[in-house]
Order: sequence, then C-alpha cells, then structure tokens
Amino acid sequence: MTDLTSLWRAVAASPLMWLTVTLLAFLGARWVCDRARSPVANPVLLSILAVATLLLVTRTAYETYFDATRFIHFLLGTATVALAVPLHQRMEKLRSMLGPLVIALVAGSLTAILSAVALGTALGASGPTLRSLAPKSVTTPIAMGISEKLGGLPPLTAVLVILTGILGAIIGEPLLDLLKVRDPSARGFAIGVASHGIGTARAFESSEEAGAFSGLGMGLNGILTAILIPILAALLGWI
Amino acid sequence: MIAGLTILLLFQLLGELTVTALRLPVPGPVVGMLLLFVALLLRGHAPQALASTSQKLIGILALLFVPAGTGIITYLALLRREWLPIGVSLIGSTVLTIAVTALVLRSTGTHLQGRPPSQTRQS
Repeated sequence: MTDLTSLWRAVAASPLMWLTVTLLAFLGARWVCDRARSPVANPVLLSILAVATLLLVTRTAYETYFDATRFIHFLLGTATVALAVPLHQRMEKLRSMLGPLVIALVAGSLTAILSAVALGTALGASGPTLRSLAPKSVTTPIAMGISEKLGGLPPLTAVLVILTGILGAIIGEPLLDLLKVRDPSARGFAIGVASHGIGTARAFESSEEAGAFSGLGMGLNGILTAILIPILAALLGWI
Repeated sequence: MIAGLTILLLFQLLGELTVTALRLPVPGPVVGMLLLFVALLLRGHAPQALASTSQKLIGILALLFVPAGTGIITYLALLRREWLPIGVSLIGSTVLTIAVTALVLRSTGTHLQGRPPSQTRQS
C-alpha cells in the first residue's frame, strides 16, 4: 500500500491537482448557488470553504496551494483591466451621473474607513487589527499597501478584504431592496465601493449594468482610499 | 480570443509600468483598467475580440478570487481571538457603506428619482 502514499505525494506536488481541485470546487459551488435561492450561497464563499477544508484535512500548506494556483490568481489582474470594457459601453449613462457619482463615492469611501475603525475601536480590537481594518473595502493589493504604511498586518488585511467582499456580495442585494434603491447603476456602484471585486462579481450576476458600475466604484474607491487614509491617519495621530 | 487577451495583457503591462515608473500606491491592473477606459473613449468602441474576451473573463471573476481568498486559513487563530470586533466592524461597516453610497447617489442624482428600474441587458 506504499503506492498510495507515493502516488499522493507525486500528485500533490504537481500544480495540476490543486488547479483541478479549484476548478471543481468552483463548478460545484456554482452548481449549488444556481439551485439554492439563498443569498448566503455565494460561489466565492463556498469555493473557499471547500478548498480550505481540503487543505486542512490533507495538511497541505497554504503556500503550496497558492504556488500551484498562481495562474488563476494572475488572471485576476487581467480581469480587472477587462472591467473597462462594460463600463465604456455605458459611457452615456456614466456621463449623465458623473456629479452624483463623485459625491456618493466620497461619502461611501469615508463611511467605509471611519465606520470600520470606529466599530473596531468600540469593541476593543487590537491596534494592528484596527490598522488592518481601515482599508478593508478596497481591492486586495491597494488595501495591503495601505495597511503596510499604517503599521497594520498586510496578510490580515487581505483576509479582512476577502471577508468584506463576501459580506458585501451577500448583504448588498437584500439591503438595497430594503432601501428601495432600484437603479442598477446605483446598486452596482454602492456594492463596488463597499466590497470591491467580489461584490463586483456578484453585481455582474444581477445585470451587466450593475456589474459595470460596480467595477467603476471599486476602481475609484481604491484610488480615493489610498489618498484618504494617510490624511485620516495623520488626523487620528496614527502616523 | 488571443487578440482580445493580448490587448488586455498589453494594458495590464502598461498599468504595471506606469505604477512602477511613477511610484503610485495603486496596483497596476487598476491603472491598466483606467488606461484601457481612456483608450476606448478615444477610439469610440471596443474591438469585437476585446469585448468577447472581456465578457468571458468577467464571467469567471468569482473563480479568480479563490486562490487569494483561501489564504484565510493562515489567520484562523487571530480571527478566533478577535472575532467579535472584527465581525461587528466588517458587517456594520459594509452595511453602512452600501447604504450611504446608494442613498447619497439617489438623493443627488435627481434624474434617477422615482424612475422604475431601467431596462438592462441581462448577462
């Protein structure tokens, strides 16, 4: 039976297995989400749960897994660039909403940073956790860069960003229904500002217009947050 | 497919180069997205190959977050220790941010008020 062990070692060492596992987890998650009409059924959440469980059970280091799936991760950058296309297709609407979009962006960006820090402070989060929480609404690479400058923990920030994205993807639609915000561009923009790319992936499932404006909200809030946080941190005496 | 992918990679590369050259605190792909957007504005419309490749990539956007997202397993201990402040902060702040952004947008964009959901092409 040594063959089984050596077979496992050989397979586990190749990127092929973890790439396949990731795709299978995603297809399975999407299959479940298509059938379960629950907002908690989110493909990113379910895929991560499945892969994470398998890594823990097989005692595989996260670094091994990430090395194997680098190719998928790389495409995230390419897909981010691609978000320009659906947005450009809605240029007329974008132009007509430009003023309101800028005002809503500033309000949303400030809310995202200040409310996260205020709530964390009120409940006794530690200093490094607070600094890691501040940029949680923006896309991972921007958030990690900000966190590092603030004296937070960049890898923890990455985790908080992912959790925020999943939360926004789950909470966004029912919350906006409750608030009776019906315009797809306003819905998408709000989800993108609050929950970056994972929210944007969810917004594209509703409509292309929501997705396009979510991508816009994500990109703009990433840039604005990178400018706002150092200013706010100076006011708070963090830097 | 390949032509579309080449255009996307070209702008991703341009984004990375811009970020490195100007030492911007923003990731390359976000700058690449802005550059591609400007290029499309100047050109007027997206080439068919670019439009279809972009649509396909965006269709699997959720999958692309799985490798980075699984990194959560390296912080399980800290999450267990500070779950309450982290949980309340993330949920509260996400709800507030979505609500404030959407409501400000609705109250400032008068042309959006009271209009039924606009016709959208379902993807």
